[in-house]
Amino acid sequence: MNPRRKQRLMAVGGIVVVVAGAISLMLYALGQNIDLFYTPSEIVQGKSGQKPQIGQRLRIGGMVVEGSVRRDPDSLAVSFDLVDTGPIVTVSYQGILPDLFREGQGIVATGHLVGETQIEAQEVLAKHDEEYMPPEVAEAMKGIKHVKPSESSYN
Amino acid sequence: MLAELGHFSLVLALFLSILMAGYPLWGATTGQSSLMASARPLAIGVFLFTAFSYFCLTQSFLDDDFSIAYVAHNSNSLLPWYYKITAVWGGHEGSFLLWVLIFTAWSAAVALFSRSIPLDMVARVLSVLSLVGIGFYLYVLIASNPFERLLPFYPVDGRDLNPLLQDFGMIIHPPMLYMGYVGFSVVFAFAIAALINGRLDSTWARWSRPWTLAAWVFLTLGIALGSWWAYNELGWGGWWFWDPVENASFMPWLVGTALLHSLAVTEKRKVFKSWTVLLAIAAFSLSLLGTFLVRSGILVSVHSFASDPTRGLFILGLLVVVIGGSLLLYALRAPALTSVGRYEVMSRETMLMGNNILLSAATLVVLLGTLLPLVHKELGLGSISIGAPFFNQMFTWLIVPFVALLSIGPLSRWKNQPLSALKNQLLFAFLLAFFTTVLLGFAKDKVDYTAMLGLGLSVWVLIATVQEVRQRIAGMSASQGVMAKLSALTPSHWGMVAGHLGFAMMLVGIAMVSGYSEERDLRMSPGDQVELAGYHITFVGVERLDGPNYEGHVAHLDVYEGERHIGDLAAEKRFYTVQRTVMTEASVDIGLTRDLYVALGEQLPDGDWAVRAYVKPFVRWIWAGALLMAIGGLLSMSDKRYRMARLVEAPVSGNQQEVAV
Repeated sequence: MNPRRKQRLMAVGGIVVVVAGAISLMLYALGQNIDLFYTPSEIVQGKSGQKPQIGQRLRIGGMVVEGSVRRDPDSLAVSFDLVDTGPIVTVSYQGILPDLFREGQGIVATGHLVGETQIEAQEVLAKHDEEYMPPEVAEAMKGIKHVKPSESSYN
Repeated sequence: MLAELGHFSLVLALFLSILMAGYPLWGATTGQSSLMASARPLAIGVFLFTAFSYFCLTQSFLDDDFSIAYVAHNSNSLLPWYYKITAVWGGHEGSFLLWVLIFTAWSAAVALFSRSIPLDMVARVLSVLSLVGIGFYLYVLIASNPFERLLPFYPVDGRDLNPLLQDFGMIIHPPMLYMGYVGFSVVFAFAIAALINGRLDSTWARWSRPWTLAAWVFLTLGIALGSWWAYNELGWGGWWFWDPVENASFMPWLVGTALLHSLAVTEKRKVFKSWTVLLAIAAFSLSLLGTFLVRSGILVSVHSFASDPTRGLFILGLLVVVIGGSLLLYALRAPALTSVGRYEVMSRETMLMGNNILLSAATLVVLLGTLLPLVHKELGLGSISIGAPFFNQMFTWLIVPFVALLSIGPLSRWKNQPLSALKNQLLFAFLLAFFTTVLLGFAKDKVDYTAMLGLGLSVWVLIATVQEVRQRIAGMSASQGVMAKLSALTPSHWGMVAGHLGFAMMLVGIAMVSGYSEERDLRMSPGDQVELAGYHITFVGVERLDGPNYEGHVAHLDVYEGERHIGDLAAEKRFYTVQRTVMTEASVDIGLTRDLYVALGEQLPDGDWAVRAYVKPFVRWIWAGALLMAIGGLLSMSDKRYRMARLVEAPVSGNQQEVAV
């Protein structure tokens, strides 16, 4: 092997090592940062046979139940119920809710499951659209008559 | 009437595009210069017709012509006139018309500022551009016609512009971003034309470089403006969210940055040819992919306020044809490209190759993080989301080798650079950076190691850049003074210096904001006080607010640092009556080393207000760094060697042209 080939081989080998390292680091980071999306009924009944475990990081999307928003009188702590097609999950949150957070509105929250149907959220998102429903929730609720949130009764 | 004229004018532009895609290319293949010469006037014609069409739509907005569906959906008679003009690109149809307009403007610019380039090359480039253009025109005319009428029943008043878009940042952010996105089409066309022609040499790289720089400058500014807008307008002080739409603009930027560096190697050393061509194709493909992602509605994000799946399908088709076609051509022609230059393992070429690999890796990370949730869902594996921590972690890892190469690369020589010759300089820079960072880092009460790493890397870039300039002027004759030597450096060299310093500056901002931000969400009633990072903030009270198309509340907060009065901040909460949306207008006290950011949350049942109070250290540096990078790009573009040949032929228009584009 002439020195020039040797150098090329070294360069190619270096690239392969770097790429392999990068890909494994990436997969490692990915594994830690994927948040599965659940709807309230999937939290209660499980999603494809698997229920989320307590302590798991997840995202939840649903409609805020009318009249379920409870605020702490002294701090910014707030809790509210989410629903899609039946079961109800309670989300507690410490902080400022987004501008478009309203009862009957679809929202998405990221957080940890702390009890069977209890979620502690780090982030609550609402969409900048009156009729917005998270697509996953809309999918879960497909086939259900879509009524105006104020006229609906979930229980 | 105006709308019909605009529509008709767009159809004419399509027909001219079809002519432009055929004649010049045919002429270039058969060697008929009269056919080739038709490219320039046709490109200008297409631009003029599209511009007229765009003007018609703007005039319809100003006239409040609500019989046009698009105007009715995106404007209102109460909207201030300047927002009526910007509302033209506030929705899907209009923003795509703007896209097409900018596309034709780039083509016209190529037609006007390409006198130094052989006619057959210009003919091919313009033909390739208009081949892509035909797709866009068909899309606008068939799937997203902005001139559609709501007849016979049209609304008395419009639905108003999305309040999020009623902001100065939003006025210039989309055009800038589009200038960048679409700008890569020119580089793409140059690459394809060269592939068709089979002649890829250093002149090709020299022609492509100013256009790449121009597109890159616009994209840099566009992304920075978007970030600045989000910071001011979304009301929670974030400047980057790893939102899919942001990612869509970030990917072409990363590839564009790689392309800039790779073109430099191709121009100077005649190597990396096929890689450069691939990057040029990738940059434009990712721009198109970005358009598809944003406009198809498959991504749900803060930006997807106007989306339609059938349109998505059309863009997807366009994407497949453009990317597939160009990659096919590449596969057929690339094996014939041979690089003649030779270089050793330790050389500037290798460093720049490393830069390209890292930037490509970063692009892959972003691509994966953006597309994986989509793929996962389409495969029926359920919805997932990939959080910001993934991207942050990946970029923290990538930035270390990237900065190392950025610091060593400019110091090393082309072809061969023995490491031992650089040893002293490197050791000096590294140790100086290390100790500076330790001193700076431990001066704070709280130590954040990631932030210190970022700070250290920035200092290293700064020192290495200074070393590089010193090394450059040390090689000049000793009789000159330092200033004379400095001014003897070329503008493109200063461009590199500015670009790298801008990057360091941005890195300082990112590191400090991520590591040392103080954030507090508070519940406040009038008279309440709070202390945050040494600032005393008093909640004075809330007043009612009446704007032209909104109403709301404004909260006054008094800020003191010790005894010194810093300012009276007025944070607003607006309710836009037509769209029935609530918007937060944050109030920011701007500073060189910190921003004081106050935003109003909701009113709580007992009359208290939720208030966000943030201290964001060095956050301005992020945007200032981007600005400096863009200035660097402009400096490089103004370099003589891109104009030399042109000055001979066109002494009048030769001076500022690239900057003006």
